[in-house]
Formats: sequence, C-alpha cells, structure tokens
Amino acid sequence: MTRRGRLVLFLAAAAVVAALLAAAFVALPHFGGAHHPYGERAVRAAFAHRTANAIASVNFDQRAFDTLGEESILFAAVLGALVLLRQTAGERRRPPRPTRVSPAIRRLGVLLLPVTLLVGLYVVAHGQITPGGGFQGGVVVATALHLLYVAADYGALERLRPLSLYEIGDAAGEAAYAVTGIATVLAGSAFLANVLPWGTFGTLSSAGTVVVLNAAVGMEVACGVVVLLATFLDQALEIEKPEPRQGDGSARPGGGGG
Amino acid sequence: MSVLPYLVAGWIFLIGVYGLVTSRNLIHAVGCLAVTQSSTYVLLLAIGYRDGGTAPVYASVPRDARVVDPVVQALTLTDVVVGATVTALLLALVIQLNKRHGTIDPDELSALKG
Amino acid sequence: MTDVLLALALLLVAVTATAAVLNREPVRQALVLSFLGLALALLFTFVQAPDVSLSQLAVGSAVTPLMIVLTVRKVRRDAGTGPGPGPDSGPDPSANTGPAHGRSGGDGPGEGGRR
Repeated sequence: MTRRGRLVLFLAAAAVVAALLAAAFVALPHFGGAHHPYGERAVRAAFAHRTANAIASVNFDQRAFDTLGEESILFAAVLGALVLLRQTAGERRRPPRPTRVSPAIRRLGVLLLPVTLLVGLYVVAHGQITPGGGFQGGVVVATALHLLYVAADYGALERLRPLSLYEIGDAAGEAAYAVTGIATVLAGSAFLANVLPWGTFGTLSSAGTVVVLNAAVGMEVACGVVVLLATFLDQALEIEKPEPRQGDGSARPGGGGG
Repeated sequence: MSVLPYLVAGWIFLIGVYGLVTSRNLIHAVGCLAVTQSSTYVLLLAIGYRDGGTAPVYASVPRDARVVDPVVQALTLTDVVVGATVTALLLALVIQLNKRHGTIDPDELSALKG
Repeated sequence: MTDVLLALALLLVAVTATAAVLNREPVRQALVLSFLGLALALLFTFVQAPDVSLSQLAVGSAVTPLMIVLTVRKVRRDAGTGPGPGPDSGPDPSANTGPAHGRSGGDGPGEGGRR
C-alpha cells in the first residue's frame, strides 16, 4: 500500500473511531462524579485486611492473582529482550575507553547514589502504608545504580554490577511471588489469599502478605530493569557487529547475520 | 470540564496511532506506541477521579475521608512499569531487525513481506 | 483552583504528546517523551494518584527515553562501522589516535570511546 493510501485509510478510520469515542465519552460517568461502586468496596476490603494504602491492597491482596500475571509479562519481556540482545557469534566486544567526568558531577553522583538507593528501598518497604511499593521502588533502585554510570563511567558500573546476580534476582523475585501463592494454598486457603497476620493498621508490620509480595515484586522489577538497561548499554557501547566477510557488508537484506 | 479529560485521552490515542501509521523509523514508532499507551492511563485515572477526593492512602487521613477510586489506580500503576519493559522488548526487536536487514524503515523491510 | 490546575496539566499532556509524535528524529523524540513523562506525573498528582505518579516519574522520564537513546546509538553504530557512509562512520584513522588515557587502543575505525 502506498503511503498516501495508508494515510487516507487512517484518516477515515480515525474519524470513525473519534466519533465513537466522543459518543462513549458523553455517556461515561461525569469526571469527578461521586459514583464509584468498585472503589468503595475496594476501600472497605482494604480496611478489613488493615492495609492503609488501598492501592497496594488492590494490587497485592484483592487482585494478587492478576498482579502475578502482570509480573510474568514483565519477566517474559525482560527474558525476551535478553535473548534478542545477546552477543551473537562473530560479534566483537570492545570495552569503551574511560572518559573523564567533571569533579562536580562525580561528587554529586557519589552523594546521590546512596540517597536514591535508600529512597528506593524505603518506597518498596512502605508500600502498604504510604504511596509506593514494589513496582515504583524497584524502578527507583534500578535507576539509582545507574547514577554510577553518570558519576564515573561504564567500566565502573560494570565492575560493581555482577550481572548474573541480577539475572538470578529477577528470576527469584518472580519465583518468590508464585511460591508465596503456593504457600497460601498449603496453609489451607486460596491461591494468594492473605493468610499472614494482618498486624496493626498503619504500621510497617501490617497488611499480611502484601509486604511479602511487595518485596518480591520490588526485587524482580529492580533486577529486571538493571538487566534490561545492562543489555542495552552493552549493545550500544561494547558489542560491535562482525567484520564484513568478503569486503561486502554483512548488512545484506535477508542475510542471516548470526 | 466534565469531558475535557476524556477528550484529552482520546486525542492522545489518535495522535499516537497517527504517528504509528505514518512513521518511517521503527524507533520513532515505538515512541509513538508509548504515547498511545499513556492515553489509557489518562482515561482510567480520569474515570476514577472524584471531586474533592484525596488519595486512597489512609496513613494520614481519617477513615471516612472522601477518596478517589483505588481500583483504576492499581490497574494503571502496574501497567506503567510493565509497559516500559514491553517497550524494551520492542526496541530489542528493532535492534535485531537492523542487524539482519540493515534498515529500520518499515517501508524498506520488503524481506518481511514474502 | 484544582480545576484550573487539572485543566492546565491536561493541556500540557496533550501538547507534549503531540510534540512527541511529531518529532520524527528519535533522539529529540526521546527528550520530548521524558517531558511527557514529567507532564503525566504532574497530572497524576493532581488527580490524587501519587502511586501512579511515582512510577510514571521513574519510568516515563528516565527509563524509557534512556532505552530509546541507547537503541538509536546502537543502530547508528551498526550503520557507521560498516562499509558505506553512515552518520557516525569514521574511516578516518586519526579519530582513534587522540590522547589515549585508556586501556583499549582502537582496533578499527569506530567511536569506541564516546558515550
């Protein structure tokens, strides 16, 4: 199909979709309305399990099984990217030369690294009482580690980041979630039911299994994002495509380059 | 005001799809997909909003406080992070495509057609 | 007051999303995407969703743009070291004989030292 034909087709389809969307938006409950039947029930259920953060309660208690699915998508996506971006036969690895970083940036990075790391862990640990949890805290922890790349250079990051450990951590986080589910079944309840003691409302030791599942997700997300960024950094900075074989490029269309 | 958030969500969706359709660079297309994805966040959170409501986190507000809907927030929250890893998978596919075919222009990827 | 802030944040999101789509150069798009991430985080704060705002802030304004930039670099590098002209191609050997305060000497044309 020509580009023009594609654009015309899109514009026609978009007009139809826009009309349907507009019709749907008018019939939706008004923005800011007071009618939230699911929300009210979710809040009551969160109170029943003494979880101060109703969102964490929905994610890791009321809909814990769905979150297992989400987490598995994350795991599969990381695994897929890792397989796609592995070093193939013939590709060379050349470490980038260390670069000079201005002292001010270096000091700032060294200062911010422990603070950011701590904030990330805090966000994971307090997911059941304040905004935060495994998903957000995990990303913060992972990005904190990459301050090292900003403050020093890629070599420093690689030395302080044993990648296989993070790969294991990614898998362990995913497994811990499923194992928690199996443990709740063995404890005589439903899969991923909240069987642990619920504790005192609004304290660190409240909400039962939400804490455990938050930690599992935090570990998986942190390790998964570190592994992802590491594979991308590897590809962008170190791995080079093989030398052309007979003076011709290896970038022939359809050439099986690996 | 009552439909503006919905209209913005619809606009983001349509402009994102427009970018996808007309894109001549797969990396740009992945970015457009990320934009399209964010329209669902705006729509979900707009549906869950409640006038004068506060966040459904009861660490510091009384239990009978008027709160916004936590269910849609939980849905959005997981999708933001999972969506980023899916974006990463797509970018990995783009890198692999470039290795095999030497181009990231979708129109030049004729080898995929046959 | 809240309504005004909400409307402003919504418009900001709409504008940055449009700009992100219309910027067809991926590196510039990554920059705009990170602005979009910030704008979305702001909007989510105004609709009382601090949890979502936090994860959008970390993911949308840092991780996704970084991965896009790294992908662009990888793709350009592949195009550059091969035969034929590329945006970053360096068949110029002088590119590698600069003040080498590093351990790896260049074993071919490329841009190994740059980040």
